Amino acid sequence: MSASPTLVPKQARLSLRWRRATLQARWFKPVVFMLCLLPLFLLVWRAFTLELGPNPEQTLIWTTGLWALRFLLVTLTITPLRKITGWAELARLRRMFGLFAFSYASLHFTCYLWLVNDFNLDAVLKDVVKHPFVLAGMTALTLMLPLAATSTNGMIKRLGAARWQALHKLVYAVAIIAVFHDWWGKLAKNNTLDPKLYALMLAVLLGWRVARAWQERRLQTRRNEVPARV
Amino acid sequence: MNKRQEQGFEHPVPSDITPRGAYRDRRRFLATVGVGAAATVAAVAAQRAHAVPAADASHPGNLPLLPAIKNVALSTKEALTPYKDVTSYNNFYEFGTSKSDPARNAGSLRTQPWTVVVEGEVGKPRTFDIDDLRKLAPMQERIYRHRCVEGWSMVIPWLGYSLSNLIKAVQPTGNAKYVEYITLLNHAEMPGQNDPILQWPYLEGLRMDEAMHPLTLLTFGLYGEVLPNQDGAPMRMVIPWKYGFKGGKSIVRIRLVEKQPITSWMRAVPQWYGFYSNVNPNVSPQNWSQANERRIGQGGFGGLFAPRIPTQMFNGYGEQVASLYKGMNLTQDF
Repeated sequence: MSASPTLVPKQARLSLRWRRATLQARWFKPVVFMLCLLPLFLLVWRAFTLELGPNPEQTLIWTTGLWALRFLLVTLTITPLRKITGWAELARLRRMFGLFAFSYASLHFTCYLWLVNDFNLDAVLKDVVKHPFVLAGMTALTLMLPLAATSTNGMIKRLGAARWQALHKLVYAVAIIAVFHDWWGKLAKNNTLDPKLYALMLAVLLGWRVARAWQERRLQTRRNEVPARV
Repeated sequence: MNKRQEQGFEHPVPSDITPRGAYRDRRRFLATVGVGAAATVAAVAAQRAHAVPAADASHPGNLPLLPAIKNVALSTKEALTPYKDVTSYNNFYEFGTSKSDPARNAGSLRTQPWTVVVEGEVGKPRTFDIDDLRKLAPMQERIYRHRCVEGWSMVIPWLGYSLSNLIKAVQPTGNAKYVEYITLLNHAEMPGQNDPILQWPYLEGLRMDEAMHPLTLLTFGLYGEVLPNQDGAPMRMVIPWKYGFKGGKSIVRIRLVEKQPITSWMRAVPQWYGFYSNVNPNVSPQNWSQANERRIGQGGFGGLFAPRIPTQMFNGYGEQVASLYKGMNLTQDF
């Protein structure tokens, strides 16, 4: 079947209609919000039905940490996905995913503080000094603090878009440290398949940004070169 | 709730009500008494005789029973970890790396027939049938603390006898300085071995004096029964003052050697796992603290609110084993 010239605009119209019905719909963000809460609901449900397994502490710590890492990667996927598909409305999800990454990371830290250390700060301090793995996790969470604190519209305005964007480049460092933290933790079981997959995903996401920045700079210089030739 | 007096009848509080099981037992017992004096005496005697082993071996896994004498002197009096947890939460990488994998996947392991080769620096190398090994020395029940390097612990009633019995039987030569024990290699029955996560077969080892120490238990069962597959059937090693991974499972070969063996974990992550791997709250070459542990199966709310307990040097067996390491720097020789 050959493509008829009238089909292309029709497809585009369809795609736009589909986007209005889903991505741009008013219900879309609340539904995604609820889905993001699902891992937490499941954990709470399992806790109350005593289904967290023989070692509930480990289940809670691992699961919250895993979701923090996943939400970090999802957050970093938004911009490439938006640029590639042209679906601008994806941008309004980015802050939410970022805050979920921070929330799950905070829960992860709280579980560590409470279940592993019984809120004994002395023990925590010793652990951090002694074990780079723990230090890495805490560094990632600490670096997320200013990002979460400046996530409101008011803060964006107050900082100015340029400075806000510069500050939020920190998320790349957070993601790299988080993957490293996960990898290091799994080394205990010598089972680094999952961390390797997450590292690969992060490499793709960061690689896309590097490639794009490089491409843009080349375009920029070419544009600058044009008047010189004339 | 308070008791209520109503129409001359005193309503009991729930705690006053005799459980159905108890009064049924009582009625059954009274019925037995009714048969006659002689019969009563016989019945009671029979009940008592039956009651002792039944209480000891509640037969939680429905596996063949393994009669054993209790070794009270070498047993802890701490509360036992429930059978369900002991047999559904453990590491046995041959069946997968998750702690629920062994219970799920170990059904494929065939433990009958089973032979164990004992060789190396010995005067009488021999291949034992597992049934002969079970009879080599009197079977004992020993309740040991079990500490995993991951930071959790259990209290388990193991069945077995000191490894020294077997070592003596094969007459070690003067060159026997170490003992290494090797797990079955069978990719079909142990699907985890298709994953090159560790070097297979799993190898662990002890220094000769550690192997000869009475606490080192050649283990055939737990909770009164033979070992379930997921816990290392039909025979495994238990060294209570070392981290759990030193206890090789489903052993097919024991070799007495002159040089210190390089164990599977030393090969995999050498900076974290040393040859000795004694439980030590002060040393954590790994990435996390070993200062305390989570006792599995303890505390309310599924164990969530049980406080962590401090880890003891040599897992609390220092009195018996500390002398083995006199003059050694345990921070370096971890």
